[in-house]
Amino acid sequence: MGKTMLEVDHLKTKYITRFGENVFAVDGVSLKIEEGKSLGIAGESGCGKSTLALSLMGYYFAPLHYQSGTIKVDGVDITGMKPDEIRKKVLGNEIAYIPQAAMNALNPTQKIISFIEDVIGAHDPSASKKEIYDLARERFEILGLPESVLKKHAVELSGGMRQRTVIAISTILSPKVLIADEPSSALDVTSQKMVIKMLRNLMEIGFIKSMIFITHELPLLYNVTDEIMVMYAGQIVEHATAKEMVFDPLHPYSKGLMGSILVPEKGARDAKLTAIPGTPPNLKNPPKGCRFADRCRYAKPACMLHPIAESRLEDGRMYRCYLEEKELREVYQDE
Amino acid sequence: MSEEKKPVQNSSCLSGTGVTKIFGMGKEKTVAVDHVDFQFREGEIVSIVGESGSGKTTLSKMLLGLISVTEGEICFQGKPRDIKGYRKKKEYWKGIQAIFQDPFSSFNVFYKIDQVLLDCIKMRGGARLPYEKKVEMMTEACRFVNLKFEELTNKYPFELSGGQMQRLMIARIFLLKPAILLADEPTSMIDACSRATILDMLLKLRDETNMTIIFITHDIGLAFYISDSIYIMEHGKFVESGTAEAVILNPKAAYTKRLINDVPKIHEEWDLSTV
Amino acid sequence: MKNQIRQIFHSPKFTVGFIIFAALLVLTVFYPLIVTNDPLEMVGQGNFFKPGTYISVSEAVNTNPYTLNLNASSSRLEQNLSMEERMAMADWLNQFAGISSKEMDVTDAGGLVSLWKDHYDSASEQKGLIAARKKYFSRLDKKITGLLEDTDVLLAEKNQETGEVSVKKTIPSTSYVNVKDVGSRRVFILGTDNFGRDVLTELVAAIKTSLKIGFIAGLIATTIGLSLGLIAGYLGGIIDDFILFITNLFTVIPSFILLILISYSIGKNARGVMMVAIIIGLTSWTWTTRSVRSQVISLRNRDHVNLSKLSGHSLFRIILTDILPYIASYVVMALILQISSGILAEAQLSMIGLGPATTTVSTLGLMMNWAMSYSAHLNGDWWAYFPVIISIALISFSLNLMNTGLDQIFNPQLRE
Repeated sequence: MGKTMLEVDHLKTKYITRFGENVFAVDGVSLKIEEGKSLGIAGESGCGKSTLALSLMGYYFAPLHYQSGTIKVDGVDITGMKPDEIRKKVLGNEIAYIPQAAMNALNPTQKIISFIEDVIGAHDPSASKKEIYDLARERFEILGLPESVLKKHAVELSGGMRQRTVIAISTILSPKVLIADEPSSALDVTSQKMVIKMLRNLMEIGFIKSMIFITHELPLLYNVTDEIMVMYAGQIVEHATAKEMVFDPLHPYSKGLMGSILVPEKGARDAKLTAIPGTPPNLKNPPKGCRFADRCRYAKPACMLHPIAESRLEDGRMYRCYLEEKELREVYQDE
Repeated sequence: MSEEKKPVQNSSCLSGTGVTKIFGMGKEKTVAVDHVDFQFREGEIVSIVGESGSGKTTLSKMLLGLISVTEGEICFQGKPRDIKGYRKKKEYWKGIQAIFQDPFSSFNVFYKIDQVLLDCIKMRGGARLPYEKKVEMMTEACRFVNLKFEELTNKYPFELSGGQMQRLMIARIFLLKPAILLADEPTSMIDACSRATILDMLLKLRDETNMTIIFITHDIGLAFYISDSIYIMEHGKFVESGTAEAVILNPKAAYTKRLINDVPKIHEEWDLSTV
Repeated sequence: MKNQIRQIFHSPKFTVGFIIFAALLVLTVFYPLIVTNDPLEMVGQGNFFKPGTYISVSEAVNTNPYTLNLNASSSRLEQNLSMEERMAMADWLNQFAGISSKEMDVTDAGGLVSLWKDHYDSASEQKGLIAARKKYFSRLDKKITGLLEDTDVLLAEKNQETGEVSVKKTIPSTSYVNVKDVGSRRVFILGTDNFGRDVLTELVAAIKTSLKIGFIAGLIATTIGLSLGLIAGYLGGIIDDFILFITNLFTVIPSFILLILISYSIGKNARGVMMVAIIIGLTSWTWTTRSVRSQVISLRNRDHVNLSKLSGHSLFRIILTDILPYIASYVVMALILQISSGILAEAQLSMIGLGPATTTVSTLGLMMNWAMSYSAHLNGDWWAYFPVIISIALISFSLNLMNTGLDQIFNPQLRE
């Protein structure tokens, strides 16, 4: 068992709309990542996975607000910190964040090296330009990026190269946790593969100690992370190892999600795609009972009545369903 | 989707030789589609697979007759296509219709969704039908895509979810019953759970009306699942074409091989060493 | 639609602008109903009468007086001793009577005068004063004495036959008339202008005319701009190039210069209010064309337009139902700005004497022009031009405020 890098306990964050309504986009999420591990978060658009990524950094700005719960990075609780403190002490060297459009966030008038100077300078003002350059060159070399990139402007780089450069810059302080929110979704498949390879590299070398990878592309998630969480309507509905999640999902929603995977592999043409009717609930006014109940074909009247607690199996696998593991396996068997 | 379900291969529905599209002139000339040949048969599901910038959307617009063809000839139902003038175009569009990628931008947000369906009835020559008959037709079309017309009538498009909108687009096709349906990434903007529903409906549409469906996509897994034959497009050219099985499981062109190799898989090892 | 309108009025900027603009409109509609005088009637014989109530002197004399025991002299002193005179008095008292300036208060005319009466002596040797200054003080003393006197005014009557003058009536200084008893009176809230016309009535009429000019010019400019922009943007190709060429041509030549040239060449006789409005409209459509064109270009490749084409809709219908509604909010905003700039353009043109050549209507620009050519601004006759400036500012401020408010609602990037 490695050291726990990030531990989140019942984190609850909300959006306050223009009309003053509360939308709990992250509603009681708990998770834990150990050193050297990567965790994937899957879910449909609007399920709250991107909000979770933002919330995990502890850096809240309107309309996103913190409600309750704790976030511990390497044992230190960051939930009570002021935004300024978070920005100075946590972001960059403890937690790094890469959004989907990261590659378009680079100021086109600056050279790549000057971004690195900014990042390092903010945490270690004593570092000289030469030291920073040497460090950056070494880092780029290890990650397989050409040194020439350092002297270029962002616009001179292709999309894939730009995204990889952004990742290299974001992780230059060797953060304990890297949160990557759809880092490769806007890229073509080859660039995507390069980004993934680089992330794996970072993990193996230890430049990042742990990683949270968020995407709606399940085959990608399966290939990148050790464990997968499935998120639905602001809650985690299932948490399992990547293999278990893809081939043996327990929660009816995970089951539906995994049934929609399409890959160009032998036999894939004969697979039957599963469809889940209906749409996710409105988070302004979520259902009292199980949030998935009205779309679930195995739902019972009791599902609608009370909030469903997390159930844990012996091996630590978590799912959030009214039915027992055995009952679930039976109903799946019957089909 | 097993082999026996496949319809009998019959006459060519849409074909083209040397189809080219050049944008701009002189130095700024870009060749978006470069002398492509194709032949789509009746009742067949064809996928045109390519990454962004490969020219697949330009090709689809040419097939639809929304933009002109710079060079080459397109044959529709065996005869050279002639769509000069509004009247001939209107006639052509009775035979070929489309579903676009983004359901949110496919609707005119200022009109109730009834209007979309009523337009289709009108296009099929039903403008003078009594209103009850029209409602009956719309209800039937909505039932085909598992929507309830009573719930949708008098609503505006923004009151619907993406999946519902895309299903409504299929209801539109159901009413129009064109010989060819061009589906330009119809599932890329909607959730995975709704995707299966959309694909099922397209297959059902093909089975019931023997429609030719041209699928434009970047998702090679999706193309493999749904199509009978696949065209792989790179830089405005078709680099490989053939039956889905042949192209995906036994790719010949280097580009196809790379594409398939680079897509993450779940049963086979995803080889990261190749990049 | 209902939702959108509600949203519009949620914007404080739009609401404030709308209220100001509506107030001006209401003023132009209801004021003429209450004050039915001809706005351009030349009432006053002379230039620039101060704002105030004017009553007939002869009628006042013949009105039954009321006796009020008021200390009339002090108010007379207050009214008639100018600040300059008071300062001079204080200086004299300080210099020759040895009264420190602390003891005196120039704002209190009564106190100052009593000090003056106590100490002033014209015969005294006023060392260091030139003769003219001495005479000034002696005149001032006489004036003060006159003001302090409460003598009766005698009203004399001349016998037509004998030419004899006899006292008809004595008006004691304690006699007052109630202004309401005087039948012939006129209130000039904003005084009169150079032709002796009531400025307020004229101003309301001017606002109305200027708004009319703005609306007509704005409508013409927006109609031309919208149609050309729609055609150029949607059709593209050679037609687009041609329209763009013409638009550029008009853009390169500053429209104000064009406006001056056209106004001048049309000649004075043909230059009515309508003509000026049309000229302004015809020279200011270019930016509407450009912006509508770029909006349409981004719209024409949208899927709903493609789908509409595939549904066999005609070109006209696509433009009308699939393009126009999407840019409608934008066009309304352009119209508002065009109205505002049309009003300003008229004001500018009229200021330099190229506005409507007419004396039968007033416009804001013409009022400015008249006030300027009779040097109202040099003589301190503020009421002739200041209310006009305020009106122009209010109109364009309210319109621009409405535009910004709309922009914030329809342009998601500007939303807070």
